[in-house]
Amino acid sequence: MTTEEQTLNEILNLAAQHFKVPREKLKPDEDFFKTLNIDSLQALDLLTRLENHFRVEMPDYELQGVTDFRTLASRIQARL
Amino acid sequence: MDQFRGNALSWEISAGVIELALHREPCNEIGSLALEELEKFADALDNMARQAHALIIHSTVKAGFCAGADLRELYHRSHEMEKARAVAGVRDFLERIHRVLNTIDAAPLTTIAAVHGVTFGGGFELALVCDLIIADKMARFCFPELRLGLIPGFGGIPRLKRDLGNGVVRDLLLTGRSFNATRAHAVGLVSQVVGEGEVLRAARAMALQLGKFDRRTAIAAKKFIKAIPHHELKQEIDLFCRLFVEPAVEAGLRKFVESTELQPYLP
Repeated sequence: MTTEEQTLNEILNLAAQHFKVPREKLKPDEDFFKTLNIDSLQALDLLTRLENHFRVEMPDYELQGVTDFRTLASRIQARL
Repeated sequence: MDQFRGNALSWEISAGVIELALHREPCNEIGSLALEELEKFADALDNMARQAHALIIHSTVKAGFCAGADLRELYHRSHEMEKARAVAGVRDFLERIHRVLNTIDAAPLTTIAAVHGVTFGGGFELALVCDLIIADKMARFCFPELRLGLIPGFGGIPRLKRDLGNGVVRDLLLTGRSFNATRAHAVGLVSQVVGEGEVLRAARAMALQLGKFDRRTAIAAKKFIKAIPHHELKQEIDLFCRLFVEPAVEAGLRKFVESTELQPYLP
C-alpha cells in the first residue's frame, strides 16, 4: 500500500515534470501556486493529472484552501 | 458562407465535414462578440449542411474547450444598469444564444464536440448540444453557476437531463464540482476518452466513419432519438432571469471579476 510520503513524492515528481520546475525546488510545505507560478486553470490541470495518475476522483471542493503539496497529498491519500 | 475567420471562432468545410474552431484567448468565453459570430455560424449552417454529413466543434486554445459565459462582460454591462434594463439585456442574450444552440442541436448532420481542458458552464452547454462528445483525458466538466447565485442559462440542465440520470445532474449542478473525463465517460456523458492532444484526430476519424452511412437515415435516427426540450429551455430562461435580480448574483459576479486571487475558477 502506498504511504502518504510516497504519494507526496509522486505529486512532487509529477508537478516538477509537468510544470518544468527542478524537483529540488519543490518543498512539501510551500505554496504550490507560488512555487509553480500557476493560476486556477492550471491548478485544475494539475488536479486532473493527479486524478489520472492516482486513479482517484477528487471533488474540487475538498481542495478548497489547499495550497501546499503535503495537504494535497493527504487529501489524495484519503481516497486511495 | 463555407468558410469564415472571425475574432472568436472560425469554420470551414472539407470532405463533407464542417469544422468549427473556437480560438479566443483566454478560454473562449462567450460574450457578445462570440455570440455574434455563433449567430453567423447558425445562419450559415443550413446551407452548409447540404454539403456536409458531420460537424466537429473544437477549440484551438490551450486552456480548454470553453470556460462558459464571459462573466466580466456580463458584470460590466449590467452592474450599473437599472435592474429591469439589465434583466432585459440578459434575456435578449439568452434568447439569442438559445436560438444558436437549438439550431446546432437540430442540425441535419451528426455533430461532435471534441473537448479538452476546461469545459465549464456555457462551454459545457455548447458541448451538450452536440450528438456525441469525445474528450481528451485532460478534459474537465463543470457547472459552476450556483457559486454565482445562478443556474446554467444556455440550456444546460434540460440537455443534461436529456442525456443523463437525474442523480448525476444534481451532483454536477448542486455541488458545483467538476468531473474529469474518466468520470464523464463512466456516467455516459462522453462517448470516448482519448490521449492528451488526440481529440481532434479522434473526432475526424469518427466523422470519416459517419460519412459511410446514408445521410437521410442518419438524420431520421437523430431526429427520432434526440428531441429538443423546448418547454424546459424556455423555463430555464425565465428562472435564470428571475434569479439574476437577486443581490447574491451581483455580489458573486463582482467577486469573480474583481478577484486578484489565483483561484477564481476553484470552488
